[in-house]
Amino acid sequence: MSIRQATDQPGKLALEAAISLPTRREFLKRFGTGLMVWVVLRRSAGAEESEAAHPATFRPRSAGDFNAFLSIGEDGHVTCLTGKIEMGQGPITSLPQMLAEDLDVSIDDISIIMGDTELCPFDAGTWGSMTTSFFGNVWRAAAAEARSVLLEMAAETLQVPVARLTVDQGVVVDSKDPSRRVTYGQLTKGKKIERRLTVKPSLKAPGQFKIIGKPLLRRDSREKVTGTAKYAGDLRMPGMLYARVLRVPAHGAKLKHVDTSALRKIDGVVLVQQADLVAVLHELPDVADDALGKLHAEFEPSPSTLDDRTIYAHLEQAKLEPTVVAQGGDIAAGRALAVRRLDQTYLGAYVAHAAMETHAALAHVEGGKATVWASTQNPFGAREEIAQALGLPIPSVRVITPFVGGGFGGKTFNLQAVEAARLAKETGRPVQVMWTREEEFFNDTFRPAAVVKIQSGLDSAGRIAFWDYEVRFAGDRASAHLYDIAHHRTSAVGSFMEPPGFHPFPVGAWRAPGSSNNAFARESHVDQLASMAGVDPIEFRMRQQKDPRLARVLKAAADQWGWKPGKAPSGRGLGVACGADAGSYVAAIAEVEVDRTEGKIKVKRILVVQEMGLVINPAGARIQIEGGITMGLGYALSEEMHFKDGVLRETNFDSYVLPRFSWLPKIETVILDADDSPPNGGGEPAVILPGAVIANAVHDATGVRLLELPMSPARVKAALAVKGQVT
Amino acid sequence: MPDTVSFRLNGQPVRISVAPDRTLLWVLRTDLGLTGTKFGCGIVQCGACTVLVDHRAVRSCSVDVKSVQGTDVVTIEGLASDGKLHPIQEAFMAHDALQCGFCTPGMILTAYDFLRRHPNPTREEVIAGMDDNLCRCGAHVRIVDAILAAATAMRGGSPS
Repeated sequence: MSIRQATDQPGKLALEAAISLPTRREFLKRFGTGLMVWVVLRRSAGAEESEAAHPATFRPRSAGDFNAFLSIGEDGHVTCLTGKIEMGQGPITSLPQMLAEDLDVSIDDISIIMGDTELCPFDAGTWGSMTTSFFGNVWRAAAAEARSVLLEMAAETLQVPVARLTVDQGVVVDSKDPSRRVTYGQLTKGKKIERRLTVKPSLKAPGQFKIIGKPLLRRDSREKVTGTAKYAGDLRMPGMLYARVLRVPAHGAKLKHVDTSALRKIDGVVLVQQADLVAVLHELPDVADDALGKLHAEFEPSPSTLDDRTIYAHLEQAKLEPTVVAQGGDIAAGRALAVRRLDQTYLGAYVAHAAMETHAALAHVEGGKATVWASTQNPFGAREEIAQALGLPIPSVRVITPFVGGGFGGKTFNLQAVEAARLAKETGRPVQVMWTREEEFFNDTFRPAAVVKIQSGLDSAGRIAFWDYEVRFAGDRASAHLYDIAHHRTSAVGSFMEPPGFHPFPVGAWRAPGSSNNAFARESHVDQLASMAGVDPIEFRMRQQKDPRLARVLKAAADQWGWKPGKAPSGRGLGVACGADAGSYVAAIAEVEVDRTEGKIKVKRILVVQEMGLVINPAGARIQIEGGITMGLGYALSEEMHFKDGVLRETNFDSYVLPRFSWLPKIETVILDADDSPPNGGGEPAVILPGAVIANAVHDATGVRLLELPMSPARVKAALAVKGQVT
Repeated sequence: MPDTVSFRLNGQPVRISVAPDRTLLWVLRTDLGLTGTKFGCGIVQCGACTVLVDHRAVRSCSVDVKSVQGTDVVTIEGLASDGKLHPIQEAFMAHDALQCGFCTPGMILTAYDFLRRHPNPTREEVIAGMDDNLCRCGAHVRIVDAILAAATAMRGGSPS
């Protein structure tokens, strides 16, 4: 252990040290011989967002925490361990792919253990597109360090200088005499070698890559197509009970009284009744569900008086100091230059995560220790939540993460794991909690409703004279404009989850938090300015930018599409939008058709061009882009929570409408080569554009500008009616 | 009251003592330990719980276990035979037609029934045939590609 820096929370220091030491001892016990590499992960870009997404009481605050780990066993098999988790986004493939490259071993000789708080080093959570962009380099450095240690050992064994050695598939060969060779397994056999990475080793350059950059199929697909992949709700233990938790009918409502007498007639039912947790449990989940329905509960109504229409005024009027995100020039001077003004307000609804797997957990509490298998994006955060709820020290709780059936930011907090753990402790039996879809909607931490206000204007030359942008409650991510504007200011009020007390129910990170609201507002507004200036929307953006990465994605999109310039509205139904998120740049062009009678928008074709730096697995990256676009059709066109007085109207997929097969546009993806740049985020950037690119295409088709998401048929019809275009 | 329900499950005869009005999904997942069949919504909206009953895709969240008395039930665990994957499973793997994998069993079994009825489908027919199955990760494009490739393979052609 290295010495920890002092923090502003001295009380936490002892706790942190106590946590890390046994964990490390546990590693050594399990991987007694072979080569082990420990890596220090420093705080850096992205850490603040993690902090915001999930303030943790235990989080590495100094350079002394071991954050990546791999071990090479006597048989040459590589085991790598990471606190990251697999929820569909693909690190189960891309992380071993990186190791295979930098260690020079076959990917088939690598296994990965993910999201087990007892085995895996601390991780702040899987979100923010940081697995590859941030964590990936540390991960690769661990592999490079291991490789250099192995080469030194091989040089000794073979009695040749390191420079003469080459490695392929885990075999070190003397390049002057290929008959002289030794495997990684032979080198490490029976030895216990520990290395701690302190100096950044040199990573292979892109020109040397053999595996990075090659499209690899998912490594978990066989389990997933045969039904053997286990999710938290699939785990079974002898004697376990399935729990159903009594929920209040509205956010803010309180349980007054519950009559449980009907349960007496049901064999084997177990009731847990605590001040803030009432649950019925049974050895069969469907019987527990029936039993819950037999409770007669009375509630005090919610004090909330907000609904999905009044919420926007509520958020606009919230008295909070804005934070300046970016500014330059002099807004007053810019205003004076404007010969035409455009002031608009953009709205976005509450949106659910709606992962196909509802929150689930299986908890086993015995002898002062708790083991909880949970569907979570944040196993270490779950460990804290559970420890606190049970009154256990953090090291006495182990969280294990099986396959996670989608997260999108919605599995950051772990109420279900806490419920399972509390009920297991109370009943003395293993307990599984798997939320119903209704509970999943009710307990979601929604993408917040948000308001973006933009004031701007064009100068006499048709350029943007000033840009005054305020985002309220979406978060400031991707809020700064991308363009070359002399007089500008971008400010943010609140974030996607802070401060508490303004929303009628919990909100939180939703895939690329804030960015989809910000991209919708900015790119809609820029499009309106282009239209006012009478300039083609791509041409307008190109003239107004000075960022080569932005120019590159826009130009590539225009080329790939076969873009023919035209002033909007052209009647063609074509829209363009661009953005930057998680360090990557994206541009999209879409073609839509608007059914003026039904108000329905059909996206016929959509092209996404993404520049994301070095790409580890192009196959996985492309799928993430397609997935982001498909998912993004939802918040753009249909997804919206309606509510009144704390009651949510959408409770299941019959009322909350997800994108489906019949919505599929023709999706084209282009990933621009940028191997010499560090890898950036790939799972989120594309999801930020559908709102804007579709709104712009609808304007191009109809001349009608939609300022509110989702662009539901009712809103489209209303907007067309104002314009006198309903047929 | 418990009753005896007998049917074939993944090729094997089963005989269980069970309250006959219990839901097939939960009997499969709990009593019979076959957790490849997923719970997604409970109201026939998402397709994650799809199983085959006499080769027809059935939403197991919405039928009583007694309804499969005397039938041949296949869950995702039983689609491969003698260790060999079904062409639809192979195509899903070859096309990366999944991300989180939670909707995958239901997608594959829905596709099985669809291809039984439409051995030579167009892309539009696949889209229409799969429209009642939900995927949140956005694997739709790949799923359509995989089903078209599986159709080719099942007709004896080489998968594309």
